[in-house]
Amino acid sequence: MISANQSQLEDNLVQRRIVVAVGLVTLLAVLLVGRLAYLQIAQQQRFSMQAQDNRIHFAPVPAVRGLIRDRNGVVLAENIRAYRVEIMPEQVEDMEFLLHELGQLIDLSAHDVRRYRALLARRATFEWQILRANLNEQEAARIALNQHRYPGVALRASLQRHYPQDNLTAHTIGYVGRISAEDLETDPHTYRGFDYIGRSGLEAHHEALLRGKAGIGKAEINAHGRVVRRITQTAPQVGQNLHLSLDIELQRKSVQALQGYEGAIVALEPHSGEVLAFASAPDFDPNLFVNGISETEYSQLRDAPGRPLVNRALYGRYAPGSTIKGFMLLAGLESGIDPQARIFCRGWYRLPKFTHRYRDWKEGGHGNVDAHDSVVQSCDVYFYQLAEQLGIDRIRRQLSRFGFGAQTGLDLPLEPSGLLPSPQWKHRTRGQAWFPGDTVVTGIGQGYMLVTPLQLAVATAMLANRGKRVVPRFIAEIENPQTHVRQRIPPKIKRVEKLINGDSYAYIIAGMRDVVHGERGTARGIRHRLRYQMAGKTGTTQVKSIPQNETQEQDIAEIEKKFRDHSLFIAFAPLDDPKIAIAVVVEHAGNGSRVAAPIARKLLDYYLIERLGMFQETADLAATK
Amino acid sequence: MRARQTPPIVDKPLFAVLLTLCGLSLMTLYSAGGEQVDLLVRQGARIGFALALLLLCARLPITTWMRWSPHLYALGVLLLLVVLVAGITGKGAQRWLDLGLFHFQPAEMMKLAVPMMVAWSLTRRSLPPRPLALLLALLVILAPAALVVVQPDLGTAILIAVAGLLVIFLAGIHWQLIVAVCIVLSATAPVMWSVVLQDYQRSRIVTLFDPWSDPLGTGYHTIQSIIAVGSGGLHGKGWLAGTQSRLAFIPERSTDFIFAIYAEEFGFLGALLLLSMYLFLGYRGLLISFRARTSYARLLGGCLSITLFCYVFVNIGMVVGILPVVGVPLPLLSYGGSSMVALMVGFGILMSIHRHTNTISVPVR
Repeated sequence: MISANQSQLEDNLVQRRIVVAVGLVTLLAVLLVGRLAYLQIAQQQRFSMQAQDNRIHFAPVPAVRGLIRDRNGVVLAENIRAYRVEIMPEQVEDMEFLLHELGQLIDLSAHDVRRYRALLARRATFEWQILRANLNEQEAARIALNQHRYPGVALRASLQRHYPQDNLTAHTIGYVGRISAEDLETDPHTYRGFDYIGRSGLEAHHEALLRGKAGIGKAEINAHGRVVRRITQTAPQVGQNLHLSLDIELQRKSVQALQGYEGAIVALEPHSGEVLAFASAPDFDPNLFVNGISETEYSQLRDAPGRPLVNRALYGRYAPGSTIKGFMLLAGLESGIDPQARIFCRGWYRLPKFTHRYRDWKEGGHGNVDAHDSVVQSCDVYFYQLAEQLGIDRIRRQLSRFGFGAQTGLDLPLEPSGLLPSPQWKHRTRGQAWFPGDTVVTGIGQGYMLVTPLQLAVATAMLANRGKRVVPRFIAEIENPQTHVRQRIPPKIKRVEKLINGDSYAYIIAGMRDVVHGERGTARGIRHRLRYQMAGKTGTTQVKSIPQNETQEQDIAEIEKKFRDHSLFIAFAPLDDPKIAIAVVVEHAGNGSRVAAPIARKLLDYYLIERLGMFQETADLAATK
Repeated sequence: MRARQTPPIVDKPLFAVLLTLCGLSLMTLYSAGGEQVDLLVRQGARIGFALALLLLCARLPITTWMRWSPHLYALGVLLLLVVLVAGITGKGAQRWLDLGLFHFQPAEMMKLAVPMMVAWSLTRRSLPPRPLALLLALLVILAPAALVVVQPDLGTAILIAVAGLLVIFLAGIHWQLIVAVCIVLSATAPVMWSVVLQDYQRSRIVTLFDPWSDPLGTGYHTIQSIIAVGSGGLHGKGWLAGTQSRLAFIPERSTDFIFAIYAEEFGFLGALLLLSMYLFLGYRGLLISFRARTSYARLLGGCLSITLFCYVFVNIGMVVGILPVVGVPLPLLSYGGSSMVALMVGFGILMSIHRHTNTISVPVR
């Protein structure tokens, strides 16, 4: 057995070890206290801030987008209540059953369900997730009635951009689209909390005015991002309401007039530059884009015949044809030619030392004509000769005074500048020398010169203003959504072109008056029962070749149509106090006097008589009804 | 020869601190669990059960515990084997036995049974132990530890092994041997690192040194709990006012990370108070062991006292980011039954040692 002595030794041994253990325990405790002191006292501020960052979340509160109205207050872009069904998966016991049940109440496509399942897999289960948006009234009502039976299902209303005039405003107002990840990346500060961003047209150009400013909500969130408590909120600022110069009824008439054609109409109020109508045919329904258009729908629209997505009024570049003649004559008068001087038009023109004959549109020619006759009858030979006489440089210089070859400054994005050709331009882009013949054809608005319908309308308005060049614009007034105070945007005048001979405008305008009212005017066909005086100029431009990529079209009629001339007409009225200037371009419609001029007449009649209430003659009124 | 006076069953200071800690546990759990009452009721029931068990264990003479040591150990090993075959799987490990009324974790039982068995086997001969006895003791330690490792529960296995090794340490093996083992261990550390440890364990250790290297992944728990502790400051944010815990930034906040909540709400002063209570338990236990009459009682009591404080150190060390994340609950504070019961049984044994010391008036000389 263990002896007493040995037992004592053993006791001491273990007891000594216990003393060591006491030291060990103390050491561990000191370590912990040290670490705690470091974290809780030395670093307390740093970790307090981090704890604060963890729990405080700033969430944007979306602002309501500004409304857009026409000059008479008709709403063109609004925000309508749209209903959607959302589900919080956390609160749903049997998702399959629920989806089946909801499928009985609303139209749920396989695509909707697939999309929702994908969301389910990705998102937190306590978040509301959209099952279907854009419910119709009946569906919304059915959900509202049955909602109590399905916990975790909510009917939500949100504001969705809507264009009540549908196609009418496709090329002016444009459309908004859903904010994309890229938008957020490029400008996260501005766009957090917004659903939409202006993608085209006025919606894009006036984005900053329409958007408003998102409010900021400060909230406490938990580790899963769920909002536990709202702390403060700064109210969002509603976007500005825009009042446009557009007259939606004139716009409607313009769109209707272009029905079945491809073309564009631009109508302006000459003295202010306000755009009254801005039509491009064919068009499309901008509402398709609001909630995201599918890839196939988009490519169908993009490739549809006539390219409805292309805004011809702004981006269409056409040879001006004879509509340029008034401006060419002005260029001539400015360069000192004698308007009384007559030339003999025998139906063609030949440059000295050249054999090529530049033909007049009228076989046999116009005979003995002065400047006035040449405008009225649209004598090509007169202008061939005039152009040759002036030379391309002078033509360029003079035409650029009327805004050709430059942006007009309209409030739409990415305006093209058209083309006023020069020898340098031809050399640069084509690598070819400028031939004398290039100058000759420029005299009748053929060749390389390209104008947009908008430029034609602005130049026409300038004639109507006798030289005052205004900047065209859609925006007329900006309305503060809270106070409803409207701020008028004053007309912007680029410059007033003073002519050397003060009578030159009157001379040109008289010529253009006789285009319509004169016995030999090319547009005399539209003067029947005209209640007011107007100035106009026809244009018929040759379409030279079929684009290579369209050869697959076998339809002969279709190909023939492609060869047909474009029909153009510019006009303003009334003559002495112009209220409207207009440019009409109808593609492949033949002679300018046959299609474009009657359209212009109809629109001028409508605007001056019906909209402005001018020239009301009771007898005639009854007759037109 | 028995003394005339009947000494109290419980050691009053020890018992008082235990009750205080249980009270703090309920308070902290109320906050950590989002003010759920049923959580408190369940934990309260466990505390009651564990305290009853403590009283029962304290009544048993330490000699009885000594006699039972091999049987308890054998039962524990058997249960560990059963767990491997028929255990309940939870959180990727098979640790629990379903006993109908409650789930039982045999590894917790081994935290007691292993040191008992080692103390029993070593004290059959005189101390310090001979090499053969030492080898046997190592076998006694490693067999159950290995069974726990395969569950897998490396953390608990290490704690079991540490408890056994502490007994060997207390039994008075030579310092030279201790130093030698330490050298060998550190020499084999690279091998352990690349062969024994799993990827997730390695990443836990890596993130320990730089939790911000992976703030949303493996470093997340550590970062969030450090933020909680640090933001508590000197006085704490107040009971039920810890944002880190109440907004769920702290993972496992009722169990392994409960100290983060406690330190966030009660601050440095609260943490000092808590630590001093644990320190008191440790010191008191060591004092009782120091005064104990038999080597078995000294070894076992000393080991239980040190391991208690080791658990505290490992848990708090993890929460404050100086030790890797391992699944060790904070003694008496964390929500959970097995650990609570094992601890209370341990304190019951300590009280039994205390009572035994007092009843035997004169030692056999």
